[in-house]
Amino acid sequence: MENLSFEEAYARLEAAVAALQDGQMPLERALHFYEEGMRLAHHCDELLQKAELRVQQLSVDREGVHIVEPLELS
Amino acid sequence: MQLYEAPPVFSVTQLSRYLKELLETDDILQDIWVRGEISGCKSYTSGHCYFTLKDAEAQLPCVFFKNARLRSASPDLRDGMAIAANGRISFYERDGKLQLYVEGVELLGEGALFLRFEQLKARLEAEGLFEAGRKRSLPAQPAVIGIVTSPQAAALRDMLRVLHSRYPLAEVILSPTLVQGAEAPAAIAAALDLLNEHGEAEVIIVGRGGGSIEELWAFNEEVVARAIARSRIPIISGVGHETDFTIADFVADYRASTPTAAAAAAVPDIADWRIDIQDKQQILTDLMEECLSDLHESLERTRRDLQRANPRSLLDRRRQQLDDTTELLQTRLEHILSIRGERLRGASLRLHSLSPLLTIARGYAVVRRDTDSTIITSIQQAQPGDKLTIQVTDGNIPVEVR
Repeated sequence: MENLSFEEAYARLEAAVAALQDGQMPLERALHFYEEGMRLAHHCDELLQKAELRVQQLSVDREGVHIVEPLELS
Repeated sequence: MQLYEAPPVFSVTQLSRYLKELLETDDILQDIWVRGEISGCKSYTSGHCYFTLKDAEAQLPCVFFKNARLRSASPDLRDGMAIAANGRISFYERDGKLQLYVEGVELLGEGALFLRFEQLKARLEAEGLFEAGRKRSLPAQPAVIGIVTSPQAAALRDMLRVLHSRYPLAEVILSPTLVQGAEAPAAIAAALDLLNEHGEAEVIIVGRGGGSIEELWAFNEEVVARAIARSRIPIISGVGHETDFTIADFVADYRASTPTAAAAAAVPDIADWRIDIQDKQQILTDLMEECLSDLHESLERTRRDLQRANPRSLLDRRRQQLDDTTELLQTRLEHILSIRGERLRGASLRLHSLSPLLTIARGYAVVRRDTDSTIITSIQQAQPGDKLTIQVTDGNIPVEVR
């Protein structure tokens, strides 16, 4: 779960909610979806909290090759 | 030695050609800007246009041929307009007239910029560049956002601040450019093209912070409008303040009122997402509780059903029956036993009356041989020396036969 991207984790969270909403399942499965859903929600929230905007600068050298390098703002 | 030489006499044509050649070999005169006011402006059906450029003390005949007019995308000229005309000076031999062959015209003074703006706007609009059908929709969650602006500008910091707080999951690629001055329009167009060539940005913000109309002017240039129009990546414009409208705004897929607003328009807000995630957690918890309480309820119901059909209650009934039966049995048994007891006593009494002991008590005795306890009832059974025991009422008498 640690390696899931936000989009993947969110999609699985939605699936867990949908599965649980569907109802009609053994308790063990319901608990599984619940616990997984809660963990996914936590993971999503953590990813959002930790996220840092990456800022790059695009330029082109004499040979016409694109150069992308981190932008340092003074 | 010649004392006197007659001055040469030139024909008019010769002089005219000489003047023409003189003018046309002068580098300054062959590419010159002249400022003045238009008067006597005449346009012909051929497409050529003739006017006089004049100021307070001088005037200069000008001709603006159709080809040059189309090439330079010149505004329509009218008397009284203040212009700077670019062209070359030559001599028109037929009329004996020095004139400016105009290659391009810039409007000057108040309203000149506005006029250019209106003309370019009308032309691009006629081409269909502003049509709603051309506008592409913006991606909902762009992973990479291109920005075309000056790296030094406060506008960039504002945009990055907004992007960071709203959508820090994204990556920003700045394609740096000048945003004002003569070189700005071409630089902005090149920066837009570069992002398109690079191809990773899913949306591009082009803009700059507020300034005077001259400072914002680059965004009213055709070269910028064309670069926006040919971009394969959707473009958000954010130029100046709310009240500033530029040509770039009309061509862009989305017009934001400021650079900050453009950044906000480019991305979703994760604050909404976090609320959504909290909602989902609540939904999960509610559903689980519902599920558990359903199960609990159904368990309760089943337990009641079970109780009703409980074998133990049957057992209890049976046990009761058993108790009842046992008691009955007991009573019966006791009854039977007491009857038996009575009979036994009767029998015992009768038995007692038949007992040999009673006979003995009457004076009879029982004689037994000691060796095998055989009862001796005949003399044949007793030999001398046999040890016998005679049983009487109160005990035994050991004897020996003589």
